[in-house]
Amino acid sequence: MELPVISNAAPPSGGGGCSESGCGTEPDALSHLPDHIRSKVQDHPCYSEEAHHYFARMHVAVAPACNIQCNYCNRKYDCSNESRPGVVSELMTPDQAVKKTLAVAAAIPQMTVLGIAGPGDPLANPERTFETFRQLSEQAPDIKLCVSTNGLSLPDCVDELAKHNIDHVTITINCVDPEIGAKIYPWIFWENKRIRGVEGAKILIEQQQKGLEMLTSRGILVKVNSVMIPGVNDQHLKEVSKIVKAKGAFLHNVMPLIAEAEHGTYYGIMGQPEPTPLELQALQDDCSGDMSMMRHCRQCRADAVGLLGEDRGDEFTLDKIDEMEVDYATAMVERAKVHEAITTELEMKRALKAAPKFNPDAPLEDEAVPATRNIRIAIATKGGGVINEHFGHAHEFLVYEIGPKEHRFLGHRKCTPYCMGDESCGDGETVLGGIIRSLEGVEVLLASKIGFEPWADLEKAGIQPNGEHAMEPIEDAIRAVYDEMAAAGKLALPRADSAAQAA
Amino acid sequence: MSLEIVDSCVGCFACEPLCPNKAISAVMQPGEPLFFINPDKCTECLGDHDLPQCAEICPIEGAIVDEYGEALNPLGSLTGIPLHLLEQMREAECRQ
Repeated sequence: MELPVISNAAPPSGGGGCSESGCGTEPDALSHLPDHIRSKVQDHPCYSEEAHHYFARMHVAVAPACNIQCNYCNRKYDCSNESRPGVVSELMTPDQAVKKTLAVAAAIPQMTVLGIAGPGDPLANPERTFETFRQLSEQAPDIKLCVSTNGLSLPDCVDELAKHNIDHVTITINCVDPEIGAKIYPWIFWENKRIRGVEGAKILIEQQQKGLEMLTSRGILVKVNSVMIPGVNDQHLKEVSKIVKAKGAFLHNVMPLIAEAEHGTYYGIMGQPEPTPLELQALQDDCSGDMSMMRHCRQCRADAVGLLGEDRGDEFTLDKIDEMEVDYATAMVERAKVHEAITTELEMKRALKAAPKFNPDAPLEDEAVPATRNIRIAIATKGGGVINEHFGHAHEFLVYEIGPKEHRFLGHRKCTPYCMGDESCGDGETVLGGIIRSLEGVEVLLASKIGFEPWADLEKAGIQPNGEHAMEPIEDAIRAVYDEMAAAGKLALPRADSAAQAA
Repeated sequence: MSLEIVDSCVGCFACEPLCPNKAISAVMQPGEPLFFINPDKCTECLGDHDLPQCAEICPIEGAIVDEYGEALNPLGSLTGIPLHLLEQMREAECRQ
């Protein structure tokens, strides 16, 4: 049972992103890290599940060139309606990127992290990438700098990265076996030649592993991203997780393949299946024995701005930035105040969580608890850690697994909202089918309100809708629902089944 | 003899720094950079590299052509997507 941890305090950023308690409640994935690493990452929205509700990040799209081809990428990257890595609306020069970063940092004081993530490979554009970092480390020393890369040029860039005080690097590593690599990377550009197939993949893998070792040996933090491609590298990623951990990566982020035909990627056009939410979760669980896993990644665009899960890029287009006057010295004072307030709040939360909990109603340790099974519950929320979103307006659902004593956050399931606009529920039928598919494995859905029509269909699909816990804290509500179902005998483990499940 | 960049170029800048003759330049236009090969400077990398560097790194099939208009990276040669599926994609795009 959780203490009601200052749950009335809204996140300083207001809405957006996902629920405040949504991800912070699972045992902190970073808690096993040595203190000096944890202190570096615990305020980073992309690394800390807790921090991502408070601190924001932005990406600047200064790096258009790439030196490899991935089968999940289409280099026609300019698209305003897609949200996925490798996509941007506006390419920028380093000067423009610096101006945008300062403008965003002044307007959104919670913005602590500036990343360069594309739309190509940042290290295949070393001049543009490092010029941006150089200017920002001079002009905005209170912003953390990050970069992500496919790793091909990484060994050549490690010295330069260390010089700019970049202490976080993300490498996308999808395989350590060139035969598998050849199915993911059709070619690389290496020493003035396009090199195809297994030969190219072998070079890429060697460079990635070498770069990883060079970075960790210098104390630069490395997170590894992997794209889960069913039938290609899904089983193999368990081995990848072991190897990158052994080489010192501190976090592994297994992300689902995005392969839609209209994106024009090889996998999209060839009909390569994406993993289902349950397949992704099973693989993340399998890998987590070896490695800290990240479960709150939203696979941002290469020009995203704001909290994870939100994008305020439209407020900071080039023409709008041109008209903004930024006094960064003044902004920095304001930013420091905001950061201090957030840090104080986070420290309080951590202290409360670490404190021993007393619950007078809790059964004594030796009292027999009837065996009940774990279930998954989906939540519609706008943020703030409470159930405050209508079913029909939700763009995503947070999924929790809850058992007799504990619960954990499993991840988010994106969907098209059932009600697309104010009055158009016209496509509701097919949209609802998609939502139900995305909720595979979920047995209960909690929303602040659910309409009559989707209610019946959800029930038919084996998902019990429930609107009785509107505005309640998520953790209290899922516990109440679970206890009620357990008391009604709905969660008993059938004896024959429990033996089978244990096997 | 000179290579040419056609309008399917997505402006990714990958070719520009590789040119041994500095023949490639970006013409910054609102929204999208456009690349141009100066025919007086382009040597198709003869004497510098075995293969023309711009075409070796270019990720877009058909974006770089020779003096006869032949693509150095024909359709399907970089992505491995079968031609009939590319054709279907293009038809779908035209209908939009």
